[in-house]
Amino acid sequence: MNSEFLVFDHVTKRFGALTAVNDVSFSVKKGEFFSLLGPSGCGKTTLLRMLGGFEKPDSGRIYLEGRDITDLAPNERRVHTVFQNYALFPTMTIWDNIAFSLRLAKLPKKEIEEKVDAILDMIQMSEHAWKYPNQLSGGQKQRVAIARALVDRPKVLLLDEPLAALDLKLRQHMLLELDTIHDQVGITFMYVTHDQGEAMSLSDRIAVINRGRIEQLDGPAKIYEAPSSRFVASFIGDTNFFSGEIVAKDGDYCTIRPDGFPDIRAYNDKQLEVGQKVDLSVRPEKIRVTLAPPPPEKGASINVYPSTVQDIVYQGVYTKYWISSSGVRVAALKPHSRFLLDQEPITWNDKVFVWWHPDDGYMVESEK
Amino acid sequence: MSSPLRSRRAEWLVTAPSFLWLALFFAVPAVIVLAFTFHGHDISGGVGEWSLSTWRELVDPDYPAIIWNTIKISVEVTIWSIVLAVPCAYAIARMNPRWRAIVAGSIMLPFWTSFVVRVFAWKTMLHPDGWLQACCNLFSIGGGHSTILDSEAAVVLVSVYSFLPFAIMPLYTAAEKFDFSLLEAARDLGAKNFYAFRKIFLPGIRQGLVSAVLMVFIPAIGSYVIPQMLGGTNCVLIGNKIFMRAIQNRNIPHASALATVMAVSVLIPIGLAMWWKRRQDARDRQRLEAQTAKLFTAEGGAAK
Repeated sequence: MNSEFLVFDHVTKRFGALTAVNDVSFSVKKGEFFSLLGPSGCGKTTLLRMLGGFEKPDSGRIYLEGRDITDLAPNERRVHTVFQNYALFPTMTIWDNIAFSLRLAKLPKKEIEEKVDAILDMIQMSEHAWKYPNQLSGGQKQRVAIARALVDRPKVLLLDEPLAALDLKLRQHMLLELDTIHDQVGITFMYVTHDQGEAMSLSDRIAVINRGRIEQLDGPAKIYEAPSSRFVASFIGDTNFFSGEIVAKDGDYCTIRPDGFPDIRAYNDKQLEVGQKVDLSVRPEKIRVTLAPPPPEKGASINVYPSTVQDIVYQGVYTKYWISSSGVRVAALKPHSRFLLDQEPITWNDKVFVWWHPDDGYMVESEK
Repeated sequence: MSSPLRSRRAEWLVTAPSFLWLALFFAVPAVIVLAFTFHGHDISGGVGEWSLSTWRELVDPDYPAIIWNTIKISVEVTIWSIVLAVPCAYAIARMNPRWRAIVAGSIMLPFWTSFVVRVFAWKTMLHPDGWLQACCNLFSIGGGHSTILDSEAAVVLVSVYSFLPFAIMPLYTAAEKFDFSLLEAARDLGAKNFYAFRKIFLPGIRQGLVSAVLMVFIPAIGSYVIPQMLGGTNCVLIGNKIFMRAIQNRNIPHASALATVMAVSVLIPIGLAMWWKRRQDARDRQRLEAQTAKLFTAEGGAAK
């Protein structure tokens, strides 16, 4: 019916009065690293469980390689899951855990041994083969869970917040490892997370989900730089919002008049008309904070606002400032690319200039 | 320095009451029973002089058959109880907490009635004029047998009824701790429901299985009320013989000897099974060590 690799076609799932997934349609390419990103309770895990076969949609169909898999049991679809709590079988050794699906497929003994040994080698766990899951660390369990789900080469690997139970250092390490594994096996990965950092660093494409619907489906950079809605802009990273009305247009640019803030010039990529209400999102790292006014070569068209420093959080790589500008609290990030201690530091209550280029703001239409 | 010593003493203090209990009510009586067997008996029902006469008298040709029958029936009762209890435990563990409490409560409810009364109730139900017998006759169950009462079947049936809660409870406790997402994982990897149940659920609750087997098998071995009331002359178990020797014949040494023989004939197979298990474990460990050693030499070779 559909030539795409994996297709969700108008899928809806309700739990009592709650609509967990609301008429969602999207498709995934073969070999893609695809993420479902959203706050908890947004429906992303329900989508994953429907693909795994653990939930049945109330309406809509799911197709894998053109075949309707909506009503197949979990054991009838070539889709494997890496569970959040790993779900390793505690009564089996690591080796037996990984061999589980191969034995079910009734492969010859020799072939099972080759495959299990090969994947143990890939995840560098060969010396732990005869241990039991409770003898492993969290990161090791994670690797075994991935190996167990990958060993019989499923068509899609589902990962349900696989890094949530690990500490920060291990999480960063496993991120790289997941990326390497994905490149090695070439299997389609479907990754569920509420952590935008994870999704951004791993995914080819991300579906941002909110209240059972896809808000935006794009590559990581587009989602960050060109969010399609106020929700996406605020969920992915920090941002400053200025809500107002367009009061003037000049070529590709326009002037926005926010409530309680001076006029802002912005790039009008959507060609909106005068009188329309917009939300302008300006990321903190796009905003400059200087004691001196911006140099004249920056041009007359940039947005400059004299302000006062309210709060400073020094974080090594950068410093985060909260600045009061015309009574509005603006967040700004200043990276320290030069040796900081030689500079005249900005401190509390300093009079500063906050400025950014009109191209650095991004307009999203106000939600009605 | 002093803290491990102090904790050692604390450990002793905590465990001492259990030890004392075990010693007073298990070890000492066991030794006394064993000692009785090396005494004769006197006509007044007391224990006589030290002698081997009791053991010599024990060569009753009926005993081996009765012991064998007791073990056979106990094994049957244990198997039936486990087969019935495992699905029950699984179902209860998967219920929501409200229903779980109600069902678990109703399983324990019969204990509010005296055991003997409950067995007697079965006697009336199984009686040739009882309603259960009438039902059986209606559907021609039981073939030529005119009555279930006074048969081995009645003893097994009522024993399973009596001991089932003792099997369900430890199994339920184990099943409650079981992580049911493991079954989902097994299904996800391609297992059918029953395969996942057999390969993941049963091994997962094996501690509970061991307790349940012991909780049913041990009382079944020593049971005498049920065969007495429901087995008639067709199902005499070792418990009845011990009861008969001790109470009717007032021959305590003889009863003690029978109890000893029974205990030994149960302990020997259990001991063998434990020895076999230990040997298996040692083999597994050796295999693990061999694997690891092979791996390291392979790595060493590659490094050179």
